[in-house]
Amino acid sequence: MIRESSLLVDDAVFREVVWAGDYYLGKVDAGQTFRILDLEGNQAADTLFFCADNPAERYSATDTIREQHNVYLTAGSLLRSNENRAMLEIVADTCGRHDTLGGACATESNTVRYDLEKRCMHACRDSWMLAIAEKPEYGLSKRDISHNINFFMNVPVTEDGGLSFADGISGAGKYVELKALVDVYVLISNCPQLNNPCNAYNPTPIEYLVWDA
Amino acid sequence: MQKYQTELPAGGHWSFEARRGTQLTLCDIDGGGNAGMLFYNPRNLLERYNAPDTLKCQHTFKLTKGHCLYSDMGRIFASVIVDDHGWHDTVCGNSHASHVADRWGARDYQNDRNEWHQNGYDAFLTEFAKYGLGAADMAANINWFSKVITDAEGNMSLASNESEAGSSVTLRFEMDTLVVVHACPHPLRSDVQYPRHRIGIELGLAAPMTEDDVCLNHCDENRRGFKNNALYYLGS
Repeated sequence: MIRESSLLVDDAVFREVVWAGDYYLGKVDAGQTFRILDLEGNQAADTLFFCADNPAERYSATDTIREQHNVYLTAGSLLRSNENRAMLEIVADTCGRHDTLGGACATESNTVRYDLEKRCMHACRDSWMLAIAEKPEYGLSKRDISHNINFFMNVPVTEDGGLSFADGISGAGKYVELKALVDVYVLISNCPQLNNPCNAYNPTPIEYLVWDA
Repeated sequence: MQKYQTELPAGGHWSFEARRGTQLTLCDIDGGGNAGMLFYNPRNLLERYNAPDTLKCQHTFKLTKGHCLYSDMGRIFASVIVDDHGWHDTVCGNSHASHVADRWGARDYQNDRNEWHQNGYDAFLTEFAKYGLGAADMAANINWFSKVITDAEGNMSLASNESEAGSSVTLRFEMDTLVVVHACPHPLRSDVQYPRHRIGIELGLAAPMTEDDVCLNHCDENRRGFKNNALYYLGS
């Protein structure tokens, strides 16, 4: 569902451009709203959320899609934790559909999907691994790196039970905006994938912006 | 021991280590059952079943015969060599205590004894704790015998045609695997009564994989997955 935001960029309290192949890890307080902006289009922002007061409680794709009885995320979606508690709400979305089935690229899954000898090509999960290694103050470890959201990615499920990776439906300037219902850590990998036509083999920057309540 | 046969009672849970080269047959004895399942590598519990990697590399939303069940490290825990149900869910997760309490009344061992209303999430947590695992280790699980369908808009529902009594699915283990399993209701069940369905379990030795194997030949991705397994066992 397309829903535009009324927030003004000039009012944002924090802005950061995240280059493809980099990560962002930071905290958002309950009541704050943040936007992920697809600067050049057809990018994938592989994102995980953790409850700041207990990172073992974190975004759960299964609980989220089951409770909303729909496999796609868009404005109005409540993002739930593995304890089935609402952590965030998507409050604006100019893309219209986001994937949470396909997971993140990893060097290991790249060996299966593309070629065993592509194991050293950069992947989202390696960005997350570096994030948890560089920022131990967040208390995250590999066991916390789980099933994520791919903002801006289009992964349609067919009625006969297939899964396809379709051309992106995002474009330059499209965004998704989320309001935190609890204090959350936000961990984004701006996808570096060079093997998949979903981003036209051209990973590009995103911008992350935060507004106070 | 070469063979073992048992039965999980409704709401029951168990965990065990399945050795590479063995097979597990699950049977929906009564029909309409559900078996929640997760896999971990007993040598490194951080390596676990990864539903998104499993689905995307085989371009599927459902699980059935010919599919391999992948870890997050690009290896195959098990492959589905027999399936007469045809469509199993791996995106809906578990029932929680709150679901069960809302629909059928809270779990109450004091009064209900073995008829208590166990939920899938707590069943997994109970087994996890035996290996030092906890809530942070919960991954998207498989729900054997439960068919979850979507429409063109992505709306998702539990299919009304339940698994038939006696339906079975057989997994061949391609790695030593810690198997965690429960027989709790699928989280989208809305029956009037708490669904009570036993799950039959048969463990035995698998026939060695042949070149014409249905899982190996399902897609090029699976061929590469088996190569990753071969590399893992190089020298063994």
